Amino acid sequence: MVELTTPISAEEIHALQVGDAVSLNGVIVTGRDAAHKFMVEHFIRQPAMPEEQPLYAELMRLLNGGVIYHCGPVVKKHDDDTCSFVAAGPTTSIREEIYQQDVIAHFNLRGIIGKGGMGPDTLKACQEHAAVYFHAIGGIAPLIAQAVKQILAVHKLEFGIPEAMWVIRVKHFPVIVTMDSHGQSLHERVKWQSQEILTALLE
Amino acid sequence: MITMQPDLVEAFMELVRRASTILPVDVEEAIVQARAHEPANSASERALDTILQNIQLAREGSLPICQDTGTPIFEIRYPFGWSTLMLTEHIRKAMREATARSYLRPNAVDSLTGENSGDNTGEGYPTLHFCEWVEDYLHVDLLLKGGGCENVSAQYELPDTRLKAGRDLDGVRRVVLDAVFQAQGKGCPPGVLGIAIGGDRGSSYLKAKQQLLRLLDDENPNSELAALEKQIYHEANALGIGPMGFGGETTVLGVKIGAQHRLPASYFVSIAYMCWANRRTIMNVGPDGKVTYG
Ligand code: SF4
Repeated sequence: MVELTTPISAEEIHALQVGDAVSLNGVIVTGRDAAHKFMVEHFIRQPAMPEEQPLYAELMRLLNGGVIYHCGPVVKKHDDDTCSFVAAGPTTSIREEIYQQDVIAHFNLRGIIGKGGMGPDTLKACQEHAAVYFHAIGGIAPLIAQAVKQILAVHKLEFGIPEAMWVIRVKHFPVIVTMDSHGQSLHERVKWQSQEILTALLE
Repeated sequence: MITMQPDLVEAFMELVRRASTILPVDVEEAIVQARAHEPANSASERALDTILQNIQLAREGSLPICQDTGTPIFEIRYPFGWSTLMLTEHIRKAMREATARSYLRPNAVDSLTGENSGDNTGEGYPTLHFCEWVEDYLHVDLLLKGGGCENVSAQYELPDTRLKAGRDLDGVRRVVLDAVFQAQGKGCPPGVLGIAIGGDRGSSYLKAKQQLLRLLDDENPNSELAALEKQIYHEANALGIGPMGFGGETTVLGVKIGAQHRLPASYFVSIAYMCWANRRTIMNVGPDGKVTYG
């Protein structure tokens, strides 16, 4: 198993192939539909407004060599005002397909964590900008909750708890590379191979 | 005859806790076996390792095995004289309590307003099926059916020309393999296929789900269906979709088929796709009120 810690270098990404098991460490940021739409519309298609400059600078710093996690966590607020993730499993990634390539390119992202895989635009962006798609295992809520060690900050809480951008520190977060920076997609490969076998079985 | 029906709120709560946090022994054992068959250091082996670690963590910490605690489906067989109204009330109270104690995620959403009831009760929720029987004890099967795998469940109407599936067992085999192929990794494999042949659209899906309550190593009393179960098991695994769709040797842990009568005009085949988190638990309540789980 490969241990990787954010920020991740382009060399480390190029060394990965589809099917590799990776244990992720360091700081990552959650983001799903609202966050992706926001980043594209407010930071990428046009320069950040003055009042949003601080957040933009912060995201540029966090996501440079960083990882976005497609996750809508269930968050528990404790009596002392601190928070912890009760459940933090991956959400279906394909919904971000229209935004992902721009986010990868603009922020110099090295990885995306999600489930179900993504489409050709993201695969192309992974190839051009040294990034990979990490597939989290569906289910496994207790294990992922254990891997999330600390909540460092939250941005855009006005999107709601699941849609906000949570900055978290993870340790031994288990994932599998299913789209690499060499143009390979495990999802496409498995689909194509199983199609051939199915055709033979239905002869 | 009116029996003294015990207050079973606590007992149902415990049933829900067990179902949500402890995977049945035969399912866990099947995943252990599957892991042994995956190539060393493969993505599929890692996925099953992670799943097994997670199962252990859930059991030890009394935590839900998966963040989606599923649709609770209760199959209840009760002795003569029991009140199903009272059982319903006890179950609904137990659902609220289990949700408050975080054994269940709030999972019941009003289909019109989008509002989550917050306590896992609602119109037609949870699913309850009652049936009186001749025994003198209460028997309850609880299945927690995940949403991701429910979304890839499928119903076919035979004949199906695309799949060259006629109204016979080979036709059944064809559509089931197609369903497994279409699902790819989306139903969190390796899981179990509950299959029903016949019935109308509604009773067919119900029968398919009831097959999921069977133990993985049981033997179908109908020898033709037993043979078909084995064949589909081998062929579905030969597709190579593997754990989570990463490719690999194991896509299904078990195949269970039931048949029922149908109209001459219809021939439905329903496939209830169940994920690796195949959560089912049994509760029995004896005439003396003694509660046991299995
Ligand atoms: S399909 Fe099953 S394992 Fe996957 S997320 Fe749903 S309940 Fe969990």
